Amino acid sequence: MPGLAPLSTVIWLPIVAGILVLFTGSDRNAATARWIALAGAVAGFLVALPLYAGFDASAHGMQFIELTPWIESYRINYYLGIDGISLLLILMNSFTTVLVVIAGWRVIETRVAQYMAALLILSGMMNGVFCAQDAALFYVFFEATLIPMFIVIGVWGGPNRVYAALKFFLYTLLGSLLTLVALIYLYVASGGSFALAEYYALPLPVGVQVLLFIAFFAAFAVKVPMFPVHTWLPDAHVEAPTGGSVVLAAVMLKLGAYGFIRLSLPILPDASRYLAPVVIALSLIAVVYIGLVALVQADMKKLIAYSSISHMGFVTLGIFIFNATGMEGAVVQMVSHGFVSGALFLCVGVLYDRMHSRLIADYGGVVNRMPVFAAFFMLFAMANSGLPGTSGFVGEFLVVLGTMKVNFWYAAIAATTLLFGAAYTLWMYKRVVFGAVASGQVEALEDIGAREALVLALAGAAVLGMGLYPQAFTSMLHNSVADVLALALKSKI
Amino acid sequence: MNYEMPDFLLAAPEIFLLAAASLILVADLFIPEARRGVTYVFTQAALIATAVIILAAGGEDVAYTFNGMFVGDPMSDVLKIAVCLCVAVMLAYSRPYARVRGIYRGEFFVLSLFSTLGMMVMISANHFLVLYLGLELMSLSLYAMVALPRDSGVSTEAAMKYFVLGALASGMLLYGMSMIYGATGSLEVTEIAERIADGEAIDAILVFGLVFVVAGIGFKLGAVPFHMWVPDVYQGAPTAVTLLIGTAPKLAAFAFVMRLLVEALGAQQLVAQWQQMLVLLALASLALGNITAIAQANLKRMLAYSTISHMGFLLLGILSGSGEGYGAAMFYAIVYAIMGLGSFGMILLLSREGFEAENLDDFKGLNRRNPWYAFMMLLLMFSMAGIPPTVGFWAKLFVLQAALAAGYVWLVVAAVVFSLVGAFYYLRVVKLMYFDAPADTHAIEPQADVRALLSINGLAVIVLGIAPGALLAVCQHAIQLSL
Repeated sequence: MPGLAPLSTVIWLPIVAGILVLFTGSDRNAATARWIALAGAVAGFLVALPLYAGFDASAHGMQFIELTPWIESYRINYYLGIDGISLLLILMNSFTTVLVVIAGWRVIETRVAQYMAALLILSGMMNGVFCAQDAALFYVFFEATLIPMFIVIGVWGGPNRVYAALKFFLYTLLGSLLTLVALIYLYVASGGSFALAEYYALPLPVGVQVLLFIAFFAAFAVKVPMFPVHTWLPDAHVEAPTGGSVVLAAVMLKLGAYGFIRLSLPILPDASRYLAPVVIALSLIAVVYIGLVALVQADMKKLIAYSSISHMGFVTLGIFIFNATGMEGAVVQMVSHGFVSGALFLCVGVLYDRMHSRLIADYGGVVNRMPVFAAFFMLFAMANSGLPGTSGFVGEFLVVLGTMKVNFWYAAIAATTLLFGAAYTLWMYKRVVFGAVASGQVEALEDIGAREALVLALAGAAVLGMGLYPQAFTSMLHNSVADVLALALKSKI
Repeated sequence: MNYEMPDFLLAAPEIFLLAAASLILVADLFIPEARRGVTYVFTQAALIATAVIILAAGGEDVAYTFNGMFVGDPMSDVLKIAVCLCVAVMLAYSRPYARVRGIYRGEFFVLSLFSTLGMMVMISANHFLVLYLGLELMSLSLYAMVALPRDSGVSTEAAMKYFVLGALASGMLLYGMSMIYGATGSLEVTEIAERIADGEAIDAILVFGLVFVVAGIGFKLGAVPFHMWVPDVYQGAPTAVTLLIGTAPKLAAFAFVMRLLVEALGAQQLVAQWQQMLVLLALASLALGNITAIAQANLKRMLAYSTISHMGFLLLGILSGSGEGYGAAMFYAIVYAIMGLGSFGMILLLSREGFEAENLDDFKGLNRRNPWYAFMMLLLMFSMAGIPPTVGFWAKLFVLQAALAAGYVWLVVAAVVFSLVGAFYYLRVVKLMYFDAPADTHAIEPQADVRALLSINGLAVIVLGIAPGALLAVCQHAIQLSL
């Protein structure tokens, strides 16, 4: 199949698998549903691998291009193509899907087929966002991801899930609707085209660019999420089931940052540079202020959610610093954060499944009962703090380095994350894992089984692999980042 | 006297339907209550045959007959086929519902057919009187259908409201038409356009008449501030009739707007006039429809307000004043009819003897009662909200594009903001179906035809969402050839 239409395969294979899973119907066939879902997820990851192998890192521009007319009277095309940035995100997404399917194996007991189907379809759609080279197609995938996530949070979520699901949906929808207006404006201004490449070449006066930038910003900033429009994320994370949290943190947030890279910067370079100080300021607020907010959380999931916002602040900082080091760092950070935050949510999920509590205060001394788990948890906590040798270090280091080239103080403020990140993560880790056994419930804990160990080991391998040999990832990025920056640094007025 | 034989062939579908309706009316008298199914089959056959005749007789050109009173063009063919299919699907959905409520009678079928005939006449009218004739034939049949459950106070009240307000609107419309007649000296659409173009018409009177015509249109579409009848009639009418009122007449109303505003009063100076009026109607409909819908606990009433907001979107396409915009609006009207059929069909599906599933809470936990229909309703609701990959998204995108191309940027921004408000109440339906526990555990066992049709209906929303090109091309092509 790959070779014929590799990108379409990457998008549609999980979606078709998801629909198949849906057809297994009621929970009587839960086992079948799980196995089909696993097969679909693994196949989805396997068909993504040839993309890495076949990707020509020395070339510029989009690769694996597929172009078919879709809605001819509006010149909307089914236009796919990827560069190095998309490639890494697709791999990360497909990998995460495998993890969440295994992680939800025993945990999800009701309406299993629907849960697995939602995750698989979501995965395919997000690959679609990363592949789309046509604005209408991009928007369709971008927006369609809301539906399965809404269902996942609302059906399998916690007690306050309805509020969280609605808030998640409406918050993100507001932003994307403004983006839709901006895309229609570009369609009209470009004389009737939705191709991103044509938008890159379209001259736009600076006033228009600023307005369009704000419209794009509304969608992408909410999705990232940036301070001060981040409030939906802690709610969504706390209420979502583990799998939902993992996908949300690992992949869905990246759609926003990816939107900045693919749409905002190249289409609106002047406005992006003009407004960069604002975005940088918001990013730094996220890094520092949200880092402090994370420090005082009593709920583990909330803490990781805030830590996500703080880490994503790094991503937006790296993107809007306008140099290659910063942007490469941002992309690496996106992928790394996908693995690390996903893994941390999995760890919390492991604890929650046993104790049905996410409050740090309820734990203590877990290491005495669950040594294997504690070791994995340690690895991910270290990665979240940015320890060298883990993937968390590479991205943060590159972003700080890139920022330093531009402005010392920006870099100094950003670097405080190494302090705060370590503080809130390790303090949480200490309170949960070390110390005396806190209660009878903790005393009764059983260590992780083979299935859980497999999931955490896979995530751990990704975190360590990326930390020890970042070359494998960054080498894919050089030319792609250079392409984006070339467009972002050119004036279009 | 020079008498030209009219080309009856052009009106063959209408003539056939009239004959079939009359025949069914008589035949039904001799069919015993227990064999009412025969009438049903005949009615369906008549509708399908009419659609087939339209398809067979349809051409690529615009032709006039009956001294220019009647027009046959690709736009009318497409809309008429859609109307016939809409009514046919509506009858299939409502059969079990009507049967247990004592309205499964010959009148129900015959009135449906006559209202269909009225819509078809409206769609093909090229003369103000014919337009009016079609409108009244449709409306009178619908008034009577709303009042079909004789003993129901709610239905009778709804019928009265519908009738009185409908008569008022017809009066306004006629008054406007008489003004236009005064200004141009003609009632024929093509001739009016010619006279205005030649500068023979008196502008002041023309604009005066235009205001009344727009008011009449506003009423028929259910656009704010002429929407007062919509919620009450939707709620009060038997759901089967609400389904009819909410779908096919919107297609006829679209043709009505096209004939009146675009074909008769499409001169440059007048377009600028009615564009302004439609902007207000559209904006008010979007705002009021979406905001008021949030407060509704009755699903039929909620869908009524949602219709109002959808008509606001439809008007966005028309007020753009471009062929592309008209095509987009036509696409919107057809898509809306599909979504309306599906969502009212779901209410019919959940209703049973002595139980109207018309409250939002009746949809609670539908996913646990029947995942498949819950999924269909989910698709329909997301489509109504305009979320891709459903067809509702494309319908909205195309009308917004047309409005933006015409320079109404702020209006487009307002429209998307209100559609965000709209998303909330559609999501609430999904929330009830998926997140809540069922309050009602009655098994849902529809007949095979309803099951198949409803599934096709729901899937159509996503299939058309993935491949909207063909239907869109049909609409754009039809508008292009007809203007």
